[in-house]
Amino acid sequence: MRIADRVERVPPSGIRRFFELAEEKDDVISLGVGEPDFSAPWAARTAAIDSLERGRTSYTANRGMRDLRTQIADHVGRYDLEYDPDEEILVTTGASEALDVAMRAFVDPGDRVAVHQPSYISYVPGVVFAGGEPLAVPTRPENDFELTYEDLANAGAENAELLMLCYPNNPTGATMSRSELAEVAEFAVEHDLMVLSDEIYAALTYEGDHTSIATFPEMRERTVVFNGFSKAYAMTGLRLGYALGPPEAIRAMNRIHQYSMLSAPTTAQYAALEALRSCDDEVVEMRNQYDRRRRFVLSRFEEMGLDCFEAKGAFYAFPHCGGDDERFAEELLRQQNVAVVPGSIFGVGGEGHLRISYATGLDDLRTAMNRIEAFVDAR
Amino acid sequence: MEQRRKILDLLLSNARESTADIARQTGLDEARVEETIAELEADGVVHGYQAIVDWRQVADDGEHVQAEVELNVELDRETGYEDIARRIVKFPQVSSLRLFSGDYDFAILVEGESMHDVSQFISEQIAPIPEVTQTVTHFVMETYKERGIVFGDRDDDDRLSISP
Repeated sequence: MRIADRVERVPPSGIRRFFELAEEKDDVISLGVGEPDFSAPWAARTAAIDSLERGRTSYTANRGMRDLRTQIADHVGRYDLEYDPDEEILVTTGASEALDVAMRAFVDPGDRVAVHQPSYISYVPGVVFAGGEPLAVPTRPENDFELTYEDLANAGAENAELLMLCYPNNPTGATMSRSELAEVAEFAVEHDLMVLSDEIYAALTYEGDHTSIATFPEMRERTVVFNGFSKAYAMTGLRLGYALGPPEAIRAMNRIHQYSMLSAPTTAQYAALEALRSCDDEVVEMRNQYDRRRRFVLSRFEEMGLDCFEAKGAFYAFPHCGGDDERFAEELLRQQNVAVVPGSIFGVGGEGHLRISYATGLDDLRTAMNRIEAFVDAR
Repeated sequence: MEQRRKILDLLLSNARESTADIARQTGLDEARVEETIAELEADGVVHGYQAIVDWRQVADDGEHVQAEVELNVELDRETGYEDIARRIVKFPQVSSLRLFSGDYDFAILVEGESMHDVSQFISEQIAPIPEVTQTVTHFVMETYKERGIVFGDRDDDDRLSISP
């Protein structure tokens, strides 16, 4: 069979091996899950059901239902973002589709895309599939995995055309404050980088408010912001996201989207519309629960002497386990039936760390933490 | 005040949460948590802690019957709602008593070991109260959800065990 080179260049995800190991065993508590343990708010689910009952099963406008785009425009106002529903918003099949389309719309063969790491596992493959050259920008534990001007300069990011940014971050849980983000914006303006900012975890920020890089001077015109309903609204399976950007960027993305996806799933768009209209309280309640679990997990790591910086966003903690993280994770799974994801899977800088997802009920978290403690004590 | 609210929220979702775990989840120290809970109790904010029981799952063969009883009452110059309520709450069979707006005045929840038990209690103890002009008794046939907890709702986690 003939497989294209750019596909061969991307190895299968390292997560796969751990998934198979975890599936082999019973009674495993998994802290390796990258999605909420809640279901979508009931009002959003009934809106989806209702739309099906009324036979709303056709395509929508390529850019998404106008009502939904209007609601999105209104919603992102809370982050001081202002986008025109007609020209500057594209509704997509998950933020994942938006990212894929963006890579294809903005990356020419050979273009360099700076990707800070550790980071979500899809960015680098996305760059490669689009024909671009990923440039790893390691972030450092001593900076709590925040991206600094120095990190960008050390990695030679001034030679890149684009910067892929993700805060609050998967896998570290790191967030960036306004003043820290200002440095990154300064670098982008100085070196004329376009920025793709994945802000899917924006609503899950536990200390301070989320800041979007698009709100800095001279940044709006060079930034596309990605967000969606998967994390904040617990709607992963409904596959609905969106991109916000200047008209010419959204037009370019829509060119690809209209030929490939046509439109995002209609049922999911109805659910999303209702989610934005009436589900703020549910989002706050889920966020509060994550926050309690976050504090719980962080204090348990402190008690067991596992060094962990204070992750302030998403639903991940990223403790330092020392040495070989893959081996640690594998032995922890075999000996104590707790599944975690080794940090090195998320790129340079992740080695020696573990991604711990606290999108799991407190009872399971309690047991899992006791098992990790027993494992650490026995080493 | 915010501390009180945080602790209250945790107790509302699980009153059996240990002081240590409340401390871990709120970032307060254990002594502070204990102190705050003691305050909540002393100030009459928290009146008690009880289990939420699905009586159909209780193994012994005794029955457990609940009835919601609407009461209409007649007030006079000497007798107000408070006076009537003060008398009704004394019965151990009455597990809750509330004053309502609308078609009736009070609704009480009565618990007993049989329908006969409950009926007898209403007719012999509640109906004869001089101010009570009418009672309407509704026996509970099934409980699906109580205080935010859905009975029989044990959804299995169908997420992939590891995902990016």
